[in-house]
Amino acid sequence: MSKTAKIIVILLAGIWLLITLYPFIFMLQTSMKTNMEYFTTSVWAFPENISLDNYLTAMNSGFIRFYLNSLFVTITSLVIIIISASMAAYMIAKIDFKLSNSVFSFFLAGMMIPIHITLIPVYRMTQTMGLYDKLTGLIGPYVAFSLPISIFILTGFIAEIPRELEEAAYIDGANIFQIFTKIIFPLIKPAVSTVAIYNLVLLWNEFIYALVLISNPDKWNLTLGLWNFQGQYGTNVPMVMTGVMLSVLPLLLFYIFLQEKVIKGMTAGAVKG
Amino acid sequence: MQKVSKLTIFLFLLPALLIFSLYMVAPIPLSAFYSFFRWKGFGERVFVGLSNWVELIGDGIFHKALFNNFKLVFLSLFGQLPIALALAILLAKKTRITDILKTIYFVPLLMSSVAVATLWSNIYDPNFGLLNMFLQTIGFENLFIDYLGNPKLALYSVIVAINWRYIPFYMILFLAAIKNIPDELYEASRVDGASKWENFRYITLPLLRPTIINASVLSLVGSLKFFDIVYVLTGGGPNNASELMATYMYKNAFNSLRMGYGSTIALALFIIAFTFSIIFMKVTKKGAK
Repeated sequence: MSKTAKIIVILLAGIWLLITLYPFIFMLQTSMKTNMEYFTTSVWAFPENISLDNYLTAMNSGFIRFYLNSLFVTITSLVIIIISASMAAYMIAKIDFKLSNSVFSFFLAGMMIPIHITLIPVYRMTQTMGLYDKLTGLIGPYVAFSLPISIFILTGFIAEIPRELEEAAYIDGANIFQIFTKIIFPLIKPAVSTVAIYNLVLLWNEFIYALVLISNPDKWNLTLGLWNFQGQYGTNVPMVMTGVMLSVLPLLLFYIFLQEKVIKGMTAGAVKG
Repeated sequence: MQKVSKLTIFLFLLPALLIFSLYMVAPIPLSAFYSFFRWKGFGERVFVGLSNWVELIGDGIFHKALFNNFKLVFLSLFGQLPIALALAILLAKKTRITDILKTIYFVPLLMSSVAVATLWSNIYDPNFGLLNMFLQTIGFENLFIDYLGNPKLALYSVIVAINWRYIPFYMILFLAAIKNIPDELYEASRVDGASKWENFRYITLPLLRPTIINASVLSLVGSLKFFDIVYVLTGGGPNNASELMATYMYKNAFNSLRMGYGSTIALALFIIAFTFSIIFMKVTKKGAK
């Protein structure tokens, strides 16, 4: 490589590193300052003391509950998504029936639907069903908008499983439920983990349905909680930055441990509608 | 193969079909229906015929929002994709350093939109924000740019934050595609004496074409229905300067309680996003031949 090309590459890499990384350094160091310290010292300065006081205050003013609420909604939705999507995908991929292709296209068309068109009807339905302001009210829409991509990924994967495996089990007297739970499901674990990770990141960070379907502070999820937290602490920048750090931390830890899987899961969602 | 009864097939499909139809499909005709009414979301629904649609066609704020959506489409396509591609090429050669860079570059994608918006509102703060502080540190001492408060700048400032968040996504997408290109192609061209630029121009770029088109469609559709970072960062303001179709729809429906008009905007958004993605896919497909 020529010398100039090398310099350009290093420059680009360095600039983008700074643009990505510095905001996190800023958040981390600011979150340890007191409000007074933030306004009287330089924004670039390190905190005078390493203190986790802001974190304690934030945890006690709601973040523990936000975590629990998000965890409940995300996990419940994921379980329902994985079960219902893999059941549907199994039929579409392996069983010959007349409407197989139509059913598949029907689900895939869902990727073209902007969720905004569903907001008003879903808001009304949720109220009618008595689920407004309940965490369980979020699960329906969360599962519904995750299904198209999940079914797409799982169908592709199940279609690759050789038929002989099912046939052998059938000859041994297994029925279709047993084949699904004992043969198919264990084999599709890699695809299930992709689907789980992709939807986990999406649902953990979901904002608009929560905004529309939840108003009670006891039921705020992490995004809604952070949104209100920054409204409440407005000018207390260190506290607001603490809130952002707390909201990012769980997925960040998850990412540190399962890096390659997370990256793979996030790319799997890149399917055009 | 074993015989599977129609009932069994139906039962396996039922949970997914039911939830998906109820929450994703039924709302489309329902929204179309609501668009003919004046309605607060509770109480009486008053049939108003096409008057919501007539209002939409003459609504200056909606026009502005639509125009802003197109600006976002344009600046996302030409902001996110080239930078993402450059970063992906930079990371293509696997070394310890590029591994670390990739790990770090990816992180903004894990943040929620609310977190991204909260962070950027502090970067943009005119008095204490990082950006103005940085400009002052490097010598522009009397500079106080109000990035989000100035109607001329607000939309562009928001778009920068959006690009910051989404570039890593396209970078990872391109990187995966680049890694799929067989090494033999580059080896063959090296034997033929091709330069790095020629490699890029005649091997990498043509083979990335499907991925670039895919990424463009995602970016186009995503930009037409964009909502959350804008809503949290500026609420569409100041004075509708950064309004998008989705923020305008949300504000009409849930702040002004104009559910009928909100449904009309939502349906328009749906039709516009749908039409443009179809056109875009047709055009790019034709170009591929």
